[in-house]
Amino acid sequence: MVKSTSKDAQALFQSLRSAYAATPTNLKIIDLYVVFSIFTALIQVVYMAIVGSFPFNSFLSGVLSCIGTAVLAVCLRIQVNKENKEFKDLPPERAFADFVLCNLVLHLVIMNFLG
Amino acid sequence: MAASETSNGTALRYAFGNVLSFFILLLIGVLAFSIRLFSVIKYESVIHEFDPYFNYRVTQYLTKNGIYDFWNWFDDRTWYPLGRVIGGTVYPGLTLTAGTLYWILNSLNIPLSVETVCVFTAPIFSAFASWATYLLTKEVKGAGAGLTAAVLLAMVPSYISRSVAGSYDNEAVAIFALIFTFFLYIKTLNTGSLFYATLNAIAYFYMVCSWGGYTFIINLIPMHVLLCIVTGRYSSRLYIAYAPLVVLGTLLASLVPVVGFNAVLTSEHFGSFLVFIIIHVVALVYYIKGILSPKMFKVAVTLVVSIGLVVCCAVIAVLVALVASSPTKGWSGRSLSLLDPTYASKYIPIIASVSEHQPPTWPSYFMDINVLAFLVPAGIIACFSPLSDASSFVVLYIVTSVYFSGVMVRLMLVLAPAACIMSGIALSASFDVFTRSIKFQLPGVKGNSQVDAGDTSSEGVVAQNEVAKTYKNEEALKERPSKKNRKKEKEHVEKPSVKAQIKKRLLVLPFEASIIAILLLVLLGAFYVVHSVWAAAEAYSAPSIVLTSYSHDGLHVFDDFREAYSWLSHNTEVDDKVASWWDYGYQTTAMANRTVIVDNNTWNNTHIATVGTAMSSPEKAAWEIFDSLDVKYVLVVFGGLVGYPSDDINKFLWMVRIGGGVFPHIKEPDYLRDGQYRIDSQATPTMLNCLMYKLSYYRFVETDGKAFDRVRRTEIGKKHFKLTHFEEVFTTHHWMVRIYKLKPQKNRIRGKAKKSRSKASSTTSTKRSETQRKNPWH
Repeated sequence: MVKSTSKDAQALFQSLRSAYAATPTNLKIIDLYVVFSIFTALIQVVYMAIVGSFPFNSFLSGVLSCIGTAVLAVCLRIQVNKENKEFKDLPPERAFADFVLCNLVLHLVIMNFLG
Repeated sequence: MAASETSNGTALRYAFGNVLSFFILLLIGVLAFSIRLFSVIKYESVIHEFDPYFNYRVTQYLTKNGIYDFWNWFDDRTWYPLGRVIGGTVYPGLTLTAGTLYWILNSLNIPLSVETVCVFTAPIFSAFASWATYLLTKEVKGAGAGLTAAVLLAMVPSYISRSVAGSYDNEAVAIFALIFTFFLYIKTLNTGSLFYATLNAIAYFYMVCSWGGYTFIINLIPMHVLLCIVTGRYSSRLYIAYAPLVVLGTLLASLVPVVGFNAVLTSEHFGSFLVFIIIHVVALVYYIKGILSPKMFKVAVTLVVSIGLVVCCAVIAVLVALVASSPTKGWSGRSLSLLDPTYASKYIPIIASVSEHQPPTWPSYFMDINVLAFLVPAGIIACFSPLSDASSFVVLYIVTSVYFSGVMVRLMLVLAPAACIMSGIALSASFDVFTRSIKFQLPGVKGNSQVDAGDTSSEGVVAQNEVAKTYKNEEALKERPSKKNRKKEKEHVEKPSVKAQIKKRLLVLPFEASIIAILLLVLLGAFYVVHSVWAAAEAYSAPSIVLTSYSHDGLHVFDDFREAYSWLSHNTEVDDKVASWWDYGYQTTAMANRTVIVDNNTWNNTHIATVGTAMSSPEKAAWEIFDSLDVKYVLVVFGGLVGYPSDDINKFLWMVRIGGGVFPHIKEPDYLRDGQYRIDSQATPTMLNCLMYKLSYYRFVETDGKAFDRVRRTEIGKKHFKLTHFEEVFTTHHWMVRIYKLKPQKNRIRGKAKKSRSKASSTTSTKRSETQRKNPWH
């Protein structure tokens, strides 16, 4: 039972990796960016757990900044992904412009909130 | 050649339709604005009621001192001796909006006073709200439904009640913000554009600035997302509409001082975070499903589900433990009373005492949304054919808002836009069906457009027989079907399939039936218009600061409130403190510019209970309480002479309850005779000796010799008495406001004399005789 599960897991891992390898490079870059920002958010959460959340607004703005960038990057990835039929009409330039605008708003708010 | 001609024709017709709907929208805006001006025409350009006076005062401060002083404003005129940090405890949206309007107008050299701007803010924003309704409904069911919904919203009595000119309250701008936020959410959902998601977050920010009701949005949208996920309608557009909104919205909400960290710390917002996590999991699942083969995906699911279940249980257990550890389970009182309607009346008398927090009665539904109540079910059905993400959202919106309006009268206001949208959809859909049936059965079906124009104009003839005021409504009604048909025709032109025509022919209703149905619907609309105009003119335009009554000898105007407040501002020292029940706190600070003990921002229950206790205590105890609070004047509102029902005697039981909640020596049964509240000769001695009774009925017998109270419709219990610790300084023309001054403390020598008297005699009678000795001239 355990053996078959681990075998399955291995097979799954293999197929996941091969499927992911087919992703275009620009999407991979976005993925990396997303992973990076989530990782940064995690570091901050760990730091908060150890040191404490005293300037709570700083902690909030730090973590939400990371999560926000990750979410926006995911949105961008969804929009520029060629396999998404829903966004055929949307040129990648437009998607990127929206992404930049959204990021601008996000980080203006964060700078305001940082205190 | 022919094809190009027809396409030209459609383009022209489209352009014509756009221009027409633009003008209709303009007229709707004018209608929404002007229907709210009855209060200005019938009374005057004046701020209404209670809360608007506070908002007006804040706006004055903002325009005078600028935005930075506004944020740091510590108001020492209220809640004496505590004061109140206005900048941190007020929803600033309305004030900032009116302040900006004032600033723009003045920089354009249009010198309007702050008061004028404040009075007209609500009508202006109701015009915006009807345009936002058009946009929202257009996203859901097309332009025709949008126009109808906009017309309906412009006139819906429930909304009028909160946005007549002069009703300068948060709801005035908040309803616009609410609808506009929903529109942007739907727009993002339909287009999947990040640009609209950003706008959506900003609109949400405006809503958070304006009204505490923003929690409705931040719970409704997650509910809709959850609904979409559960019913298998997840799409990447949904992700784009929701995930950025939560992150940006939470950050923006924390920027508003009154919300602050509550945006992440109270359970009203937890639902959105939970759904935020869920949507990420779902998005990941869909993504993996996309790249894996079905067989491998099955394997992955079994793996993940078994591990994920354990993790989820652990997380939920931690969350529940966290939430349960806080005493109110993390929910604020007002929200709790939404979920459990009996909560407020059980635990928080101060919330229960406000009439707009009571559950509504059935007639109030008919009064406030009128025929829309009957059209809503039809609209819901129309939304299900076909069900889209957007239409499921409005269905969810109406269902939740019906529930909330059932809990609290005030939230009828949230129901009104939903009801308008639904009714707009229903009306539009039914007109569509009827006009199509007529069109197919008229001779010369082929000449589509002519026939179309023909029956809409025949409708117009009918419409012209209606009341003149119904014009705009009718116009929209006329316009809508033709527009719909135009769309239909376009379909015909583009794919001239006979099959579609036959299919439609099968759906056709009998000719006569459709004509009659259209007539009836127009009648229904006319009835709605008549009712709305009546409600706007008669029911909801009274400023409640100036009262009028009609009697056989003509119109009577009772301007007692302003009389009293201006007396206060002219005849008392600037730093004098005025005590009254909290309802009149805002007005006293705004109009008389005097310091008050409690006001309508009921943030400190103990303080209000202190005033309640003083009002329900006998004179001496009350004098001591008031003296300890530095009070110089006591103001009571008394309607017994002119029959003004919402006076202090009618509110008195709430003072007893709220006072008794904090100071247990005040007991409600002491004021009731056999469970009945009465002030006639059957009343309890505690009632007849309490300060409120005495201040209200002092010298009342001198008016007609019998002391007949016109509100309670009875003769009062105790007619001849004198005041020992208070003296009457001012009573307005119709006795509606009576102002008393606290007498200065007695000389100490009197206290000695008093000691020798027997304690057996009741305190009041002792004191009266004392005063008589002391002040023989009194």
